[in-house]
Order: sequence, then C-alpha cells, then structure tokens
Amino acid sequence: MKKIQAVTAIIFSLIINASAQTPSGLEVLKKVDKNLVLDKAITQTTMIIHGRSGTRTVKSKSWIEGKNKAFVEYTYPPREEGKKMLKLQDHVWIYVPEPTDRVISISGHLLRQPVMGSDLSYEDITENRKMIDIYNAEVTGSEIIDGRDCYIIKLTAKLEDITYYSRKLWVDKERWVPLKEIRYAKSGKPLKRSDMLEVFSIENRWYPKKIHYYDLMKNGEGTEYIIDSITLHAKIAESQFTKAVLKK
Amino acid sequence: MIRFLIKGVLRDQHRSLFPIIIVAFGVLLTTVVYSFINGGLNELITSNANFDTGHLKIMTRSYSKLESQMPNDLALTKIDKLINSLKNEYPGYDWTARIKFVGLLDVPDENGETKSQHHVFGIAANLFEEKSHESERLNLRKSIIKGRIPENPGEIVISENLLNKTVTNIGQPITLLTSNSGGGMAVQNFIVCGTVNFGIAAMDNGAVIADISDIQYALDMPDGAAEVLGFSKNNYYQPTEAEKIKRDFNSQYLDLNDKFAPLMLTLGDQNGLKEYLQYVNSIGYLIIGIFLFAMSVVLVNAGLMSGIRRYGEVGVRLALGEAKDQIYRSLIYESVVVGLIGSILGTALGLGISFYLQEFGIDVSETMRNSTTMMPNIIRARISLTSYYIGFIPGLLATLIGTSFSGIQIFKRQTATLFKELEV
Repeated sequence: MKKIQAVTAIIFSLIINASAQTPSGLEVLKKVDKNLVLDKAITQTTMIIHGRSGTRTVKSKSWIEGKNKAFVEYTYPPREEGKKMLKLQDHVWIYVPEPTDRVISISGHLLRQPVMGSDLSYEDITENRKMIDIYNAEVTGSEIIDGRDCYIIKLTAKLEDITYYSRKLWVDKERWVPLKEIRYAKSGKPLKRSDMLEVFSIENRWYPKKIHYYDLMKNGEGTEYIIDSITLHAKIAESQFTKAVLKK
Repeated sequence: MIRFLIKGVLRDQHRSLFPIIIVAFGVLLTTVVYSFINGGLNELITSNANFDTGHLKIMTRSYSKLESQMPNDLALTKIDKLINSLKNEYPGYDWTARIKFVGLLDVPDENGETKSQHHVFGIAANLFEEKSHESERLNLRKSIIKGRIPENPGEIVISENLLNKTVTNIGQPITLLTSNSGGGMAVQNFIVCGTVNFGIAAMDNGAVIADISDIQYALDMPDGAAEVLGFSKNNYYQPTEAEKIKRDFNSQYLDLNDKFAPLMLTLGDQNGLKEYLQYVNSIGYLIIGIFLFAMSVVLVNAGLMSGIRRYGEVGVRLALGEAKDQIYRSLIYESVVVGLIGSILGTALGLGISFYLQEFGIDVSETMRNSTTMMPNIIRARISLTSYYIGFIPGLLATLIGTSFSGIQIFKRQTATLFKELEV
C-alpha cells in the first residue's frame, strides 16, 4: 500500500512539475515580443532577392519608433537609391525620386504587394506590433529545429481584419526567438514561411541576424533578409516620421 | 425552250410568284446569316489577333505557363536579334514586340500626392517607328476621342472611361505603378496625350497604351519584351501555314529545361480560340443546314400545291401527246428558272441587308459590359465572295428537290382516264 502511495505521489509530482515547466502560449509570446519588438531603433539591412530571373541585392536604412512609425530609405542598387517609405499608423507612402519625384499612397491590398520584388510585403516590412496584442497563443508541442529545442506555438488572430489569421512559430526555449514560422490565411492556406538562419545577442536580448523568407504563393527561392547593423534606443528626431522628409 | 419557260414564269405570276417569294426569302436569310456569322468570326479573330494573340506569338516557356499573370520577370530578352532572325526566316509575316502589364494608375493632386488610384491593363507597342503598323492594328487613330496618339517619349493614351473615372485631363501627368522585370515596383510618370474608345469592353474598362521604349525603360527591360507577335502580311490568319511555321520554329528550341527558351503559339492555340472557332463554324453550318432543310420542305409543299393546281394543265399537255418525261423535264427546268430568279432576288436583298450590317453592325455593348474577352461591342457582318453564292445552294437545291418530288405525280397519270379526269 505504501508502495502504491509512493508511486502515485511521484507521478503526481512529475505531472505538476512538467506542467509548471511548460509556459503558457501567452508567456512564450511575451518573451518573443520582448526580443523582437523595437522601441526606437535604426537598422541597416540587406535583402538578397532570389527572383525567377536572377538574384538581386537591395540595401536600406530604417528608422523605427514603436508600432506605428517607420521610415525606410533604400540605398542600393543605384536604380532604387533614394526611394523612401514612410509608415504612420495604418498609412504607408512611398517616395520615388527624380525624374518621377512623386509621393504615392500605398493602401488597402497594395500593402500586401511585395517590396522590391522580394518575398516580403509592405506590411511585413513595417510591422512592429506586439504579437500579444493581436494574437491568442497556445503551446502545442516541442520540436528540435537546427539542433535547438523549440516550443511550437499556434497563434490565432484576435482581430478580424488581419492578413495572417494564424501563425505557427517554433520558439527557441532558451533564447525566445522564433527559429521557424509559417503564416496562414483564414482558410488555413500557408502564405509565408520564414527560417531564422542566424541570431545575435544585443543588450540582453536575442535578435534575428539573418532570416530567409519564402512567399509560398510564388514557389520561388525566397528572400534573405540580413540585419547588417542595429542601434537600439536610438535618438530619432520627430521630423523623421513626416511626409516632408520623403522629398528631402 | 428556256426563253419559253422564262416567259411563262414571268407572265403567269399565279404559278411562279409564291415559289419565287419563298426562295427569295430563304436565300435572303441564308445570305444575311452567313455574312453575319462570317463577320462576327472575322471580328473575333481580328480583335484577338490585333490586341492579344497575333497570328503567331512567341513568349518564353515560363511566361507562357503564367501568361494571364503577365510575369514580365519571365519575359524574352535580346528581342532585336530574335526579330531580325524571324524577319529573315519567315518574311511573309510582320514581327513586332509587345509588353502587357497590369498596374495602378496614380493621379496626383496639385501637391504631387495621390489623389486617386485606378487599376489598369496596359499594352506597350511599337508606336514611334515609322514603318510600324501597330497603331493601325490597335485601331488607335480611329479610336481617339480626345487628343492624339503618343508621339513623344513619356506620353500615354488612356481609355475614355478611365479618364472620366480619374477626373484628369489631356496634358496632365499620371504615374504608372507596376512590377518591373525583377519583380520589384516600377514607378513611372507619363503625360496623358489622348483618350480612346476601342469599342471592346475588356479594353474600355481601363486600358492604357504607351510606346514600348517607355515601358521597357520603366520595367527595366532593355532589349526585352513579354511577347513577339507575328501578323500575316495579307492580314488573314492562315491556320495551316501558321501551324507549319510554329513547328519549324519550335523545333529549334527543344530543351525543355530552358525556362527562358522561346516558344511559338498560333492564334488557335491561345485563349481556346481553336475550339471556339470550330464551335462557331459548326453553329453557322447548322443554321444554314436548317434553312436548307426548312426551305426544301416548304418548296416541296409549294411544288405539290402547284402540281395540284396545275393538274389540269399537265392533263391537257398529256392529252395533246406530250411525253411524260418531257413534261417532267420542263417542270424541272421551270423550277431551275424559279430557283435562279428567287436566288438572284434573295441574294441581292440579302447582300443589301448584309451591307447595312457591315457598315453599321449590331450593338451588343449591353451584353458585353463586363466581358473580358476581346470581342467588339458592335458586331458587323462581312460580305465575302461566298456571300454572293451561298444563297444559291439552298435556293436552287430546294426548288429542284421540291419539284422533283411533286413532279413524280405526272408519271402516275393514265392517258386512258384523262378525258374522264378532265371531264371533257
């Protein structure tokens, strides 16, 4: 009888221990957001776009402030140099320099169009909202990705009008960054996939260094997105996020 | 004999007027229906060829698989070299490059910021070259409503409907947003130099046309084009010849793994046109067949009635000693004369109506309002050589068949009972 009691106690404690070790979906998501969402930052990035007719490299510099403000200036190749993009709330404008010299509003479905022929849309590029604000999350399992133990998190949108209704993330259990992600439409159709190929540590957070994005509607070889440099808590003038800066 | 019969037919309207009217009416219908179907088919082929398919079209293998998406990143390159070799190898065709694209037309306000945006479908064709026939093929000069066709770099024509939607004016700048050859966003300014109404719903809903050099620059496609079209120099689509050229050209590029290898298609290979043309042709022949059958039935009936009416006349002729086969022959000759007169009259009237329909056509714009096929809003008849004789086939055949059957009665008459029958 004592033996049975002892075994039961061990099993019970194991169950309690196991459930205590597995965080909830929201806890995982909070930790991911803490790593990925930038308060104020200036980044320099390189996109290597593997198109159907060849590979192109596009470089840009971005200024980010919270979830609602972003400014991107393209610096390479010469054909794209001087093109700029401004995001304020839900509005996006692009500026095309001389001889076109136009500020063009990008709204509605245009926000879902690829940027510079890449596998990333304008929405993807300028997105800086906390996932916890727009998704419900649940942990559905564990899996080893590239030799690292990951939680599998399923996200379901809290909002109606959202491009990716659900997402599946493989989150590194130690570093709290997603090493793999698939984004789905409401119908359940997979739209985008991303593989995080490299991460780096900066100011007590882990941040992606190199991500390979795939637009699954294209069946192409995807786009490599590389963070060349990042300055966190950067001082950014308020005027940086105005339409006047587009034409400067 | 023939003169005697003609005089008989003309002078005795009692026995000839009704059959002539029937024949003329049937022939008229046959001629008009044939000319209208012929015209409709011709318009369909011409519209598709001029605006989309050419009589022959060359694209890359990959582009052809996704053609409806207009993937200009899969376009042909080194087209000058390709066109020169096509001109040498197939001199019976006029070869020209085109780029099709979809995008947004952004209309700026006075501050140069977006006032309105509209979806557009665009065609870039060789408009500037003096020897080019592209502006005639696209019917630009006749379709111009306001302004003129592009003559200088950076000019564009837009459909009249689009001009009304964008609330812009001739001479105003607009910006075209589309995908460049790398899949990136291409942004290019143009000046609206004219508006057009093509009379094709699919185009009038939102088409823009610019010179190919401007679009090549905007889409970063130097010496590139989505497609090279071939137009027979006699302006007619010749399926057998086109098929032969296609086979010959494609045999030079057999590497299936080369996704940028050029691939030639005939007009019939595109947009399901081969099946459509066969279908419409069959319907045309079916209609003509039904006319032929219906007319034959009517004329057999008319012949029988006429035979009954002329029962006495035939009896007298038999009594006078005329041979039965001679009377039968004379009735046949008479039917040929009736058929000829009816056919001539019917063809003349039919050609008159067809000519009217050829000039003015029938407006089907209401039914084509949301159409995406290259079908004109006004369908016109087309008078061809066949239109002049197609009506004679049912006109003569039906009267002959009718008289042949009704005339058999003559051989059943007995000379011995003639006087009794005639109540002499």
